[in-house]
Amino acid sequence: MDAASRITNGSTAAAEPAGWWLAMRARARAAPGALYLLLVMAVVLSLGTRGFLSVANLTNIGLQAAVLTIVALGMTLIILTEGIDLSLGPVLGLAGVVMGLLIVAGWWLPAALVAALGVGAAFGLVNGILISYVEMPPFVVTLGTFGLAQSLAMVLTEGNSITGLRTSIRWFNEGELLGVPVPIATTAILFALTYGLLYHTRFGRYVFAMGGNRRALLLAGVRVRAYQTGVYVFGGLLAAVAALIMTARMNAAHPTIAIGLEFDAIAAVVLGGTAFEKGKGGLTGTLVGALAVSVLRNGLNLIGLSTEWQVAVVGAVIILAIVLDSLRELT
Amino acid sequence: MARAATANWWPRALFAERFFLVTSRVAGLGLLGALLAALSPQFLTWTNLINVLRQGSLQFLMSAGLTLCILTAGIDLSVGAVLGLSACLAAALIAGGHLWSGMLAALAVGAACGLLNGAMVAYVRLPAFIATYGMLWIAHGLAYVFMKGQVIHGFPRGFRFIGAGFVGPIPAPILVALLVLAGLHGMLHYTPLGRAIYAIGGNPRAARLSGMPVQRHVTVVYALSGLLAAFAGLVVIARVNAADSGTGEDLLLPAIAAVVLGGTSLFGGHGGIAGTAIGSVILAVVVNGMNLLGVKTFWQAFVMGAIVILSVLADQLATGRVNRSG
Repeated sequence: MDAASRITNGSTAAAEPAGWWLAMRARARAAPGALYLLLVMAVVLSLGTRGFLSVANLTNIGLQAAVLTIVALGMTLIILTEGIDLSLGPVLGLAGVVMGLLIVAGWWLPAALVAALGVGAAFGLVNGILISYVEMPPFVVTLGTFGLAQSLAMVLTEGNSITGLRTSIRWFNEGELLGVPVPIATTAILFALTYGLLYHTRFGRYVFAMGGNRRALLLAGVRVRAYQTGVYVFGGLLAAVAALIMTARMNAAHPTIAIGLEFDAIAAVVLGGTAFEKGKGGLTGTLVGALAVSVLRNGLNLIGLSTEWQVAVVGAVIILAIVLDSLRELT
Repeated sequence: MARAATANWWPRALFAERFFLVTSRVAGLGLLGALLAALSPQFLTWTNLINVLRQGSLQFLMSAGLTLCILTAGIDLSVGAVLGLSACLAAALIAGGHLWSGMLAALAVGAACGLLNGAMVAYVRLPAFIATYGMLWIAHGLAYVFMKGQVIHGFPRGFRFIGAGFVGPIPAPILVALLVLAGLHGMLHYTPLGRAIYAIGGNPRAARLSGMPVQRHVTVVYALSGLLAAFAGLVVIARVNAADSGTGEDLLLPAIAAVVLGGTSLFGGHGGIAGTAIGSVILAVVVNGMNLLGVKTFWQAFVMGAIVILSVLADQLATGRVNRSG
């Protein structure tokens, strides 16, 4: 359920003022930190800057948020299983590079996309097997594959951008599906897909249970390791789809394009209220979280903060928000 | 206390573990050395070997603080970034003629970053990899802001000694690394803090229940990690005689590689600083070998990533942890 709608529903549904107030307060407490961050920034930016509330800028935020949201969807499932995937940024970069090279080599676009999906799935598979079957700590496995993916992308491109892609790929950034820009439509479709997967399938129930009570699942005879590996493969596949949109937006593939994106994705997930333990959280919060992170970056651009400052400020704001969020939980 | 209770089996298990760790690493190093000596005639020259050891010393200094964090079952992903930030700060001040205040400022900034990490991990209870990953981006960002894309180079001779000087035939950084190694080894094995680090990593619950100030100890460990990263930054810029905002950017993966290669367990409580020293030398030999054999530098991150994964994999298989739960 959407956190914002939960608040408004509460205010209309409850009859008595006292009950209304209590329900509102309870819901405000339960709402993820991302919602507050988003609200505060939206108010500040619409009052403080001229360009924020324009259609062009809001569309731009949507386009920027698309890549982040898609990666964050996979990250949500991974974090729900008490895992982490630091390699998603470089894997996105490598998938984009592979796709770009194949397109330049004259491959049919869908075939190149399948190859990129293969890259994402392969890295997810390696991560998943090492984490679930060999029981290595997720952050170290994915930091290792971070190095592998980054290095392969650099080796393949010699550190350069791949340009001269066919113009047809631009459709994935500029085109429209039923009047909606393709990146936003893709994100919506993937969100719906992931939502269905997480909340309406056995796989989804196991994802929550893996973080909540892995032992119980094992004792019930569930093939936990296979499912856990599946979660990482899913994350890798989504990163590859994000690579397609990113490549279309840049009209080029670059090996280091997505370095740091994994941090934004983790931030979106955590600000969205998904915790690192006990399988607590959900997908809608991640959507709000991804929007909050994108609005933050957009806002810093609007107030004309130099890119040097942005890295530090985004890092500090996100960490501060995470700290406040967990302090709220502790009290 | 925990040790006394399990005195019957612990020392022998510990001895076997240590013996396996040391012999396997030394044997690996020997094999690697023999292989390189066969493949490249330059490998076994005095200048090259001294160069490898100097590189290994720098690597050790970068991995030393991280080892302490990992021993407490934590991690400090911000080592490279904190190293870079404090190196930039020191470079600006030292090139401006403020030698001592520059070094002090760098160490203070490193310790402050570490202190923040420690507070977030110990008191706010954030997972260590999240808190320190955030710090990574903050420190990188601040380094960018501070340097604005410029490179600072040319430091006074006296300062460059710790990185590029010689004592007789021995490069100064090797001696610096040996001093740090001795200090940390002593700290880990002969002080209350050292015992606390092993206890917290081995069994945090038992450590807390036995009345140990776990939160304070953990904070101190992360502060030490930041301080040591800053110190490594000083030695690095003294060695290369330059600093820019990219300093430290690619150092995280090698830093972790040296620790896990040295046999310190990511689950905490097992391993030690001496292992990291051996791991650092092995890593330096690998990089040196790649350079001698003309492998492109783009492959280095691949090799580092593979080393990290394979070391932890070997550790998992050797300790039989894989079969522990169904």
